[in-house]
Amino acid sequence: MAVAIEAYEYDVPAEERRAASPFGRTLRRLLRKRLAVLCIAVIVVMYAVGILAPWIAPYSYSDQDLDNTFAGPSWEHPLGTDRLGRDMLSRSIFAMRTTVIVTLAVTATGSILLPLTLGMLAGYRRGWVDAVIMRTGEILASLPGLPLLILIATTLRPRFVGWIEDMEEAVGWSWLTETAFADFFIIFLALSLFGWVGGARLIRTQVMTLRDADYVLAAEAYGAGTMRILFRHLLPGVLPLVIVGVTASLGTIALAEIGLTFLGVGIQPPNPSFGALITEGAPRTVLENHPQLLLVPAAIVALMILSFNLLGDALNDVITPRAR
Amino acid sequence: MDGIAGYALRRLLLLPLTLLVVSLGTFYITRWGPGDPISTYSGVYRDEEAFDRARANYGLDKPVHEQYVIWLRQVVTEGDFGPSFTFRDRDVTEIIFPKMWVSMRLGLYAFIIMFLVGIPAGVYAATRQGTWVDPSVIAFFLVFQSVPVLVVVPMLVLVLSVHLGWVPPGGFDGLFSRSMIIPTIALSLPGIAGVARLARAATLQTMNDEFVRTARAKGLDEFTVVTRHVFRNSVLPVMTTVVGLSMVGLLEGAFFTEILLGIPGIGSFMYEAVRGRDYNVILAVVVIISTAFVLANLAVDLLLIWIDPRIRASGTVR
Repeated sequence: MAVAIEAYEYDVPAEERRAASPFGRTLRRLLRKRLAVLCIAVIVVMYAVGILAPWIAPYSYSDQDLDNTFAGPSWEHPLGTDRLGRDMLSRSIFAMRTTVIVTLAVTATGSILLPLTLGMLAGYRRGWVDAVIMRTGEILASLPGLPLLILIATTLRPRFVGWIEDMEEAVGWSWLTETAFADFFIIFLALSLFGWVGGARLIRTQVMTLRDADYVLAAEAYGAGTMRILFRHLLPGVLPLVIVGVTASLGTIALAEIGLTFLGVGIQPPNPSFGALITEGAPRTVLENHPQLLLVPAAIVALMILSFNLLGDALNDVITPRAR
Repeated sequence: MDGIAGYALRRLLLLPLTLLVVSLGTFYITRWGPGDPISTYSGVYRDEEAFDRARANYGLDKPVHEQYVIWLRQVVTEGDFGPSFTFRDRDVTEIIFPKMWVSMRLGLYAFIIMFLVGIPAGVYAATRQGTWVDPSVIAFFLVFQSVPVLVVVPMLVLVLSVHLGWVPPGGFDGLFSRSMIIPTIALSLPGIAGVARLARAATLQTMNDEFVRTARAKGLDEFTVVTRHVFRNSVLPVMTTVVGLSMVGLLEGAFFTEILLGIPGIGSFMYEAVRGRDYNVILAVVVIISTAFVLANLAVDLLLIWIDPRIRASGTVR
């Protein structure tokens, strides 16, 4: 008997025997996976580079050196230059910044705020609230996403740019136009609109099972309001789903922005995005003579998406072990 | 069976509502943007009087809600999506269906390759669980899933067409030509990982079932156990799910592939239509594709229930 207990204790790794919060336990299990740690490292480095872009990049993304176009790698330009002599390293770094802004903004609303509120409301209130939210979601989910994204981006953008210009004229600002705020906002709007459905569905199902738990009944009994029950009592139970959802959606969001920009309806030049870099590297004549102009952004994007995917897999394994 | 019939009926009844909301939304979005097809097509010429005449001709001068009612009535009563503005006065349906046929043929090959490679890979990975083979197989295909289509296509053109000269760099001439090679690879590569992972998960779930142990116990070799007993019970349901899921992926992949390779399919056509504000084409494509999506998803769900009675029993159909 004693032997059995001892064996049991040795089966559980030392750090887990300490009482830990579910979150801390999950994190520790994740950190034990070497591949996951590597992915986290890659993502953290990429995001740090993106956030610190203006300080790290050796040149501006729009500085042209027309005497030095299509240059190969050199000490001044480690990744060479493009057709206008713009430094590819700096352009990649600033493109990373675009990805960081888009993914963070869209994740905050499209994979956290909207799915959380709508999913929890639908699961907790049921009845017509549930019906309205889930039918809307079903309609959105049954739509061909990309064509509609293109449609929204093309039609809304000019309107929105017009509004911003009018407003800036009235107020006397210019930073909104200078920072291409409209481009980012349209992408953010379109991607958030379509992004929340999957997460909301999962959260709703989870809330439906949780809401009958005794502790929720107890909270209802002492008179807690809907919002208090949702955010104090039900939120901790659905948080793992949100984390998995966020990791899974980061790659999709990044790819969507790249795709939209590639199609010419996303971030507009001269602002750099990996979509724009790929567009510039993809024409046949460029490809034949200067393949590095495609290979550099392609490799960065592939590494980034791969890291997101592998990390998402690992997290999924850790949080929902039965799916293994 | 009652529950399932009700479920199917409910989903079917939702379809008209979905299409109504979608078409209304699309209608307003298309008309809300600045510019209209008339001014886009006249280019540098600016003759307001002629514009007005052309608009009146197409009914574009009426208020938007009135336009919508007229459009809806025509679609419902005659199946007529109106004329295309770009392709002078040809009916939208007349143009769309041949284009869709092109895209469908592209997708067909991609589907076949995805399953032929993905399912054996997934099942193989599952049988090697716990060794280095399992994660490597999955990671290998995950790499391909991570490279966006719009990178894969130019790379393939560079290698297969520019350097090796094996295939033409673009275009489309039929199902049995070399121009199919690049789009097929580009469209199937990202999907393989998904199929393989689902096949692996399904196989793992079945591997520990008692009938598998029985099959092993009676002395069947591992290959027969896997192909005869595990495969049939696990992978068939997976396949149906994947068909539904990959439709979305294929459509989005088709967009980039068709534009990059100059293939006259529905993706490149829709892209042109959006840029040229060809209202009727945009609407028709969105409505037709949405219908296809909803119907395909429904068909997949029903097929799944039919194939695997266990789903029916467990009552997971919501």
